[in-house]
Amino acid sequence: MSPRLLRRLPPFALAGLFLAGWQALHHALPAGRRFLFPSLPQLAGAFRVHGAALLDAAGHTALASLGGFALAAVVAVGASLLLVSSTLVRQALYPYLMGLQMVPVIIVAPILILWVGPGAPSVIIVTFLITFFPLVVNTTQGLLSVDQGHLDLFRMGRAARWQELLLLRAPAALPYFFTGLRIAAILAPIGALTADYLVGSTTGGRSGLGIMALLFSARNEIPALYATAVVGCALGFALVALVSGLAWIVLHRWHESYSPSDS
Amino acid sequence: MTPPPLLHCQALAKRFAAAGPAVLGPLDLAVAPGEFVSILGPSGCGKSTLLRLVSGLLAPSGGALTVAGRPPGTLDDLAYVFQDATLLPWLRVDANVETLLRLRRVPPAERARRRDAALGLVRLAEKARAYPRQLSGGQRMRVSLARALALEPRVLLLDEPFGALDEMTRDHLGEELLAIHARQAWTALFVTHSVAEAVFLSSRILVLAPHPGRIAHDLPVELPYPRNQETRRAPDYLRLVAEVSARLRAVEPAEASAA
Repeated sequence: MSPRLLRRLPPFALAGLFLAGWQALHHALPAGRRFLFPSLPQLAGAFRVHGAALLDAAGHTALASLGGFALAAVVAVGASLLLVSSTLVRQALYPYLMGLQMVPVIIVAPILILWVGPGAPSVIIVTFLITFFPLVVNTTQGLLSVDQGHLDLFRMGRAARWQELLLLRAPAALPYFFTGLRIAAILAPIGALTADYLVGSTTGGRSGLGIMALLFSARNEIPALYATAVVGCALGFALVALVSGLAWIVLHRWHESYSPSDS
Repeated sequence: MTPPPLLHCQALAKRFAAAGPAVLGPLDLAVAPGEFVSILGPSGCGKSTLLRLVSGLLAPSGGALTVAGRPPGTLDDLAYVFQDATLLPWLRVDANVETLLRLRRVPPAERARRRDAALGLVRLAEKARAYPRQLSGGQRMRVSLARALALEPRVLLLDEPFGALDEMTRDHLGEELLAIHARQAWTALFVTHSVAEAVFLSSRILVLAPHPGRIAHDLPVELPYPRNQETRRAPDYLRLVAEVSARLRAVEPAEASAA
């Protein structure tokens, strides 16, 4: 075996071990309780039966996640620019931003249904509410965390305020922004799924993974419930991978969090 | 006839709190065009404060200060080389050298000409497309110097620019700095902790005393330019280093010289 192949082996070996462990756990349970933890063939069976429906639902949840996520990113950047404009603005607005994060989704949900009705817009708003806070906090922190030497340099260059913001603070904030984006990417599918569960559209063909979970739970289809969880998980991974890819493109040449050999 | 001073301080003073003690001054100083003035002194004697006043980054609390007859902070051809290289990590070397020109809206063609000239002066033309993280500490400092030189300054303020570098690199950069000075004849104010470096580079050395910062000694360095490795072995050079060291020790506060 080539050394290159050998290096790739551990992740695959671990995956094999994980699947074997899963199967073993199923058989370790008393026969009467095994239905609580489906075997791999049962899981595969659930995918065979519900695969197309799950994929369709995943598409809706993915769109809602991306929508809420993108909305949160855009609004967070705007809000951060406002927040760094002055300490007074920051101190005045911060409690409200915190409040946005504190509002329990479970309470917002029925209000949202009354306002915009069930379905994608509600799901997007809930996802936005969940992902906005880490984005705005990190981006603001980034815009404020500028090296004093760089600020002196720009003052020596008699930079205008917009030049300082655009050419110094914004690029310096990029690593922080991406940290916020990574956290938001993990939260977004969870948010969209929960939102779907609470305010999703039950109309056929437009429901997301949350509604599917509701459905399978009502019908006591445990393996299908597990399959839904696996799809939700995969969605989360996909979004994190997307954000990590974006971060790599923007940062790998110059940021110390990437090794120089990457560039 | 002596030329009119390029830098002129009269009873210049700085206090950080309105009612607090003066950290610097009152201080009188006149520097002629083309002089290379090193500033030595114990920590807290106001060396950096003096530089920041001249640069316009700090406003004086009293007295008068003019650079080329104008108030500080209004001059386009005054450049500051900071203690750290302060390169923008997200920009390549060439873009870093252009940063200040870009802020001052210098047209692109002129920007490119000055950038290439400055990178040539610090002998880093081949690193133009590198990112700062790919450079050594000495190379980063040379890029920082190139960024200042790209302004084609009349006055160059250097705040311990080689302080973080090893001795070899430091000596090399000192020699390069002198070679560039010989070609461009800017006026330098050079803050350093190293007596040897000050004597090697300067045409004049100011020794500051602390509390409040004031000029204790104003010493001419009458060693011929160009200076090189030979200079570092010359008896006159060694005598001067010893003399300046002794004067510096005399103004150090007791606890500092004990340390």
